[in-house]
Amino acid sequence: MPSVDRPSLSLLTAFGRQFRRHGQALMASLTDVANPLLFFFMVVTLFPLGLGPDPQQLASMAPGILWVVALLASLMVSARMFASDFEDGSLEQMALASHPLSVLALGEVAAHWLATGCLLAVVSPLFAMMLGLPSQGLGVLVLSLLLGTLCLTLIGAVGSALTVSIRRGGLLLSLLIIPLNVPVLIFGTAAVTEAVMGRDPSTWLTLMGALAAGMLALAPLAMGAALRISLDS
Amino acid sequence: MRGMWAFIHKLGSPPWFFGFSGTLVRWLLPVTVLLLAVGAYWGLLVAPPDFRQGNSYRIIYIHVPAAVVALAGYYVMAIAGAISLIWRIKMADVAMRAAAPVGAVLTAVALVTGAIWGKPTWGAWWVWDARITSMLILLFLYLGVVALFEAYENKTAAAKACAVLTLVGTVNIPIIYKSVDWWYSLHQPASLKFTGESAIDASMLYPLLVMIGAFYLLFAMSMLLNMRAELLWQHRNAHWLRQRLDVS
Repeated sequence: MPSVDRPSLSLLTAFGRQFRRHGQALMASLTDVANPLLFFFMVVTLFPLGLGPDPQQLASMAPGILWVVALLASLMVSARMFASDFEDGSLEQMALASHPLSVLALGEVAAHWLATGCLLAVVSPLFAMMLGLPSQGLGVLVLSLLLGTLCLTLIGAVGSALTVSIRRGGLLLSLLIIPLNVPVLIFGTAAVTEAVMGRDPSTWLTLMGALAAGMLALAPLAMGAALRISLDS
Repeated sequence: MRGMWAFIHKLGSPPWFFGFSGTLVRWLLPVTVLLLAVGAYWGLLVAPPDFRQGNSYRIIYIHVPAAVVALAGYYVMAIAGAISLIWRIKMADVAMRAAAPVGAVLTAVALVTGAIWGKPTWGAWWVWDARITSMLILLFLYLGVVALFEAYENKTAAAKACAVLTLVGTVNIPIIYKSVDWWYSLHQPASLKFTGESAIDASMLYPLLVMIGAFYLLFAMSMLLNMRAELLWQHRNAHWLRQRLDVS
């Protein structure tokens, strides 16, 4: 019986190796990890400069500000998600591999999320305190950002896969994925606001969790299809 | 049944579709113009003025049909995209590409007429109402598809990429709509509800239905004309087209 197409690695191992390869590449150039955080920090600084230093006003707007800036930061990093793989040809090798392209791409996206979105969620209380977000909202902010950046990264990955072959696709990418990010922003801001008001934010957090689970299941399929289209173009 | 399948297969053939759509447009054009004229005359001149809003409500005869057809247009695009991805029928690509700009224009018309109506009624050109915001996001979704298509050099890849994007958008549209609804009820603004859920009177409803029908036909016709233009361009060197157009 011919076993030409039989992969020599299990699917999970292949996923893990993709994850490690992309993670190592991210760690090797620390700027890719540090830049989104710096961007987040600087844009948060712009809001008090634009709105005035009134602590009460800033505190009431903090959930919205933090979430919008997190969305922009994820938008910024999404643009380069598959770019180096596309340029050096490793994307073509991934497409030729016997494992599904969607799973291999998901391995990269997981590493990407851990280095950007997850990290941003962990350090977000620092920026939240600078804006005077009441402390009862901090835990929910981290939790909502953890789930939310996962959604943002997955949507960003689909957009990035669609635009990776286009020169100067950055602005186009934001046009494609900002409308799709609207629910994430609404659920995230609502969860933090509810927590700050002293109410139960679990409705919004569960909605966000459902969104993340749904996207985790469907986004890889779209990513795989989009990457193949980009390679063919 | 066999006849239906044969018809669907024929739709996939550019020469056959070019001839068929030509005949269809010739019939659709007078019907669309007639319905638009009747609906506009009936709605703008014959229908009684509204009890509270006077004559300014008459813009719904443009606003509502544009909004209804703009929403339906996205689903037309999504179905064409799915057909193109699953069965790889080239004509579905052409259909999807043709529907996008028409849908975008209709969404823009719905937003602009809404703003014109809002100024005298609500006292503001723009309010962040759930339905208005959803329409704005729909406009962005349409523009995204148009922009993505334009950005690709290779138009076959462009059509496939747009199909993927449209399907992703279709999965997300119910979530976006629901979330914007919740967002709106979370931030209850002062008082916006001008007209309650009052049932619309038959004397105003019938012209509205005529206009909605007319806009559906207008959408279909614009889409067919766009498709024909695209076919003319794609097959500009093809023998059948030269024969059809009598150019040597």
